[in-house]
Amino acid sequence: ADPDPLITEVQPWASGWGDAVDATPYGMPIEFESDVIRRNVEWLTADTISSINFTPIHALDGTITPQGCAFERHHSGAIELRKQDYRLMINGLVDTPLVFTYEDLERFPREQHVYFCECAANTGMEWAGAQLNGAQYTHGMIHNMEYTGVPLRTLLAEAGVQTEGKWVYVEGADASSNGRSIPLEKALDDVLVAFKANGEALRKEHGYPVRLVVPGWEGNMWVKWLRRVEVTTQAIESREETSKYTDTLADGTSRKWTWVMDAKSVITSPSPQAPIKHGHGPLVITGMAWSGRGAITGVDVSMDGGVTWQPARLAAPGTKMALTRFYFDTEWNGEDMLLQSRARDETGYVQPTKAQLREVRGLNSIYHNNCIQTWHVNPNGEAENVEVS
Amino acid sequence: DRNIAPMPDAAPRMNAEADFDFRLIASAQASNAAADGKFGIGRPALPEEVAAWDLDVAPDGTGLPEGSGDVLNGEEVFVDYCASCHGDFAEGLGNWPKLAGGDGTLDHDDPLKTVGSYWPYLSTVWDYVNRSMPYGAAQTLTPDEVYAITAYILYSNYLVDDDFVLSNENFLEVEMPNADGFILDDREESEAHFWTAEPCMENCKDSVEIMLRATDLGVTPVDEAAVEESAVEPATDEETTQVAAATPAEAEPEAEAEPASASIDTALAEEGEKVFRKCSACHQVGDDAKNRTGPLLNGVVGAQFAHVEDFRYGKTIEDMRDNGMVWDEENLSAFLADPRGFMKGTKMSFAGLRKDEEIAAVIEYLKTYP
Repeated sequence: ADPDPLITEVQPWASGWGDAVDATPYGMPIEFESDVIRRNVEWLTADTISSINFTPIHALDGTITPQGCAFERHHSGAIELRKQDYRLMINGLVDTPLVFTYEDLERFPREQHVYFCECAANTGMEWAGAQLNGAQYTHGMIHNMEYTGVPLRTLLAEAGVQTEGKWVYVEGADASSNGRSIPLEKALDDVLVAFKANGEALRKEHGYPVRLVVPGWEGNMWVKWLRRVEVTTQAIESREETSKYTDTLADGTSRKWTWVMDAKSVITSPSPQAPIKHGHGPLVITGMAWSGRGAITGVDVSMDGGVTWQPARLAAPGTKMALTRFYFDTEWNGEDMLLQSRARDETGYVQPTKAQLREVRGLNSIYHNNCIQTWHVNPNGEAENVEVS
Repeated sequence: DRNIAPMPDAAPRMNAEADFDFRLIASAQASNAAADGKFGIGRPALPEEVAAWDLDVAPDGTGLPEGSGDVLNGEEVFVDYCASCHGDFAEGLGNWPKLAGGDGTLDHDDPLKTVGSYWPYLSTVWDYVNRSMPYGAAQTLTPDEVYAITAYILYSNYLVDDDFVLSNENFLEVEMPNADGFILDDREESEAHFWTAEPCMENCKDSVEIMLRATDLGVTPVDEAAVEESAVEPATDEETTQVAAATPAEAEPEAEAEPASASIDTALAEEGEKVFRKCSACHQVGDDAKNRTGPLLNGVVGAQFAHVEDFRYGKTIEDMRDNGMVWDEENLSAFLADPRGFMKGTKMSFAGLRKDEEIAAVIEYLKTYP
């Protein structure tokens, strides 16, 4: 073989200068990674102002989602709200209705946690059959960040919750307001009023300067631009908890208050947007698993469409309501593969097949599709989204 | 772990003797921080502030203001503010939400979920229209208009007659057809078999066949950059078609660079295209543009006021036209910054653009449709 000129010849970068410091005071990914971006599916919604896009999970590894490519969902556009203009009101069944400024929030004792945020509609387009050809589109309505914020219970205690209070109603400052009712028990448990994600301020599209973090529960409840928390005796039954985010069963009745995101996993590579390009030999199969019920305890991988399963390797022990990365190191010599992953969590829940879900729920549930995903990998290394018997 | 301090769940208690300032604060909040462990951060919300923000309406009617509106008036308001997306009869246009119809479809494939067929509580309709509609101009309706729109949506669903008047008095009397159509989350019981101590690891199925392929549907967005880059992913016929279809759009910027439009700042116009999304719920531009809630805007820059012949304008703008007013950049800028301030009684419900750059950009964009 000829010697590699990349090695034998002095390359420009080994001789000249690179960028000076401050070339990009706040850096963007290098140009060669310009395809690692959020994407949307235009036919899904009438308008990009009230719409959703998808995290490029096929191109990411590890567990933390960079804010710049973490999926966005707005109901009335991502608003610009300055910290100076930010106000948070606690009212309703409290001893003293209170108003906090942004600076006020930073004076309360704060916590930090890594949590996933998954839209209840993630994988929703796949109920009736394999539809979108890419992990970004089938499973990309999810991100996983390290949040810093004040426990909601601290703020509620400051206002003094009265004994008749059973719910909180939370809403945002944008025109959609996106109000949701949350049982007081959850509000006093692990809900965070967050102002930092992955160490820096929230991005505009994720609710700058303050959003709600509702661990393990559907993303719609993670109200962005949080402006008000009202303690009430009853659920408000807003648009987002009646006409949307309710799950219709085959007989026409619908489940409501389906808040918890069940255990789920997906292989991110290989996948349709991340085919095998390196030929035969060692192959790293990787993906991510998560559960709103608690920590992931294990992930199994099948290469034959679910006939045989083998345990994958977790990159780190699972933690509650956070993404877990898994790896399955194998050898591939051009075999046809039907790749699947199956998550298990600490409550003993096992990720179901699509057939199992349909048996209970029918085809029209839209939300909470946490079925096992199948990628068909052909001898060329190309992967496609398929549904198997 | 003894070396880790726990999260404080109450305000730290300072030694008041040691800190003169603290003594003042403590005495001012004697019933608060000192005694009950509160932090004393934030301030009481004033009644006017709570009233301004606490707008939600519960199923039992809590939160409904006094007021009323009838179906006929509702139709007028609906056509003005809602029909450009939801259709004149609440039937929904394109991908915008359908608010009427779908009765009896909930157990069908692809059920049609509307206010009539699906929504369990009328309070939700009132609440959402009041706080979040019209789209792009939320919180501009009066309570009576919201009652009227709600009455019209009920009428569109054949739930009330055309002489119906909805008010806070009779609100709870309206029966919603699907009020009993919901059950509480029952996954813990109905899906208990997903909690399996020992999931199957071997011989879990007799055979496996591919039943459906996403590529057969061909609805996945085509990533042109990735198609070009990827050597192992030859474009399928469908992809080729879509890429080919996309080519004319790519060629457009070149066409725009022709001498005729030399005076247009293309970069600014592109910014303006984004800003125009705020307008596009009501206004259209381009070859296929039609009057919607607002008039089509082809040729508006430089035109006299009320320039579209077959659009029903308000009296104010027609008077201004008769006085010789022209949509030059100065008038457009003033109107876009403060529609109601510039044109008292304008039918346009949009609140205005806050930034001068956005105004300049959207005008530049409108210039590209002479």
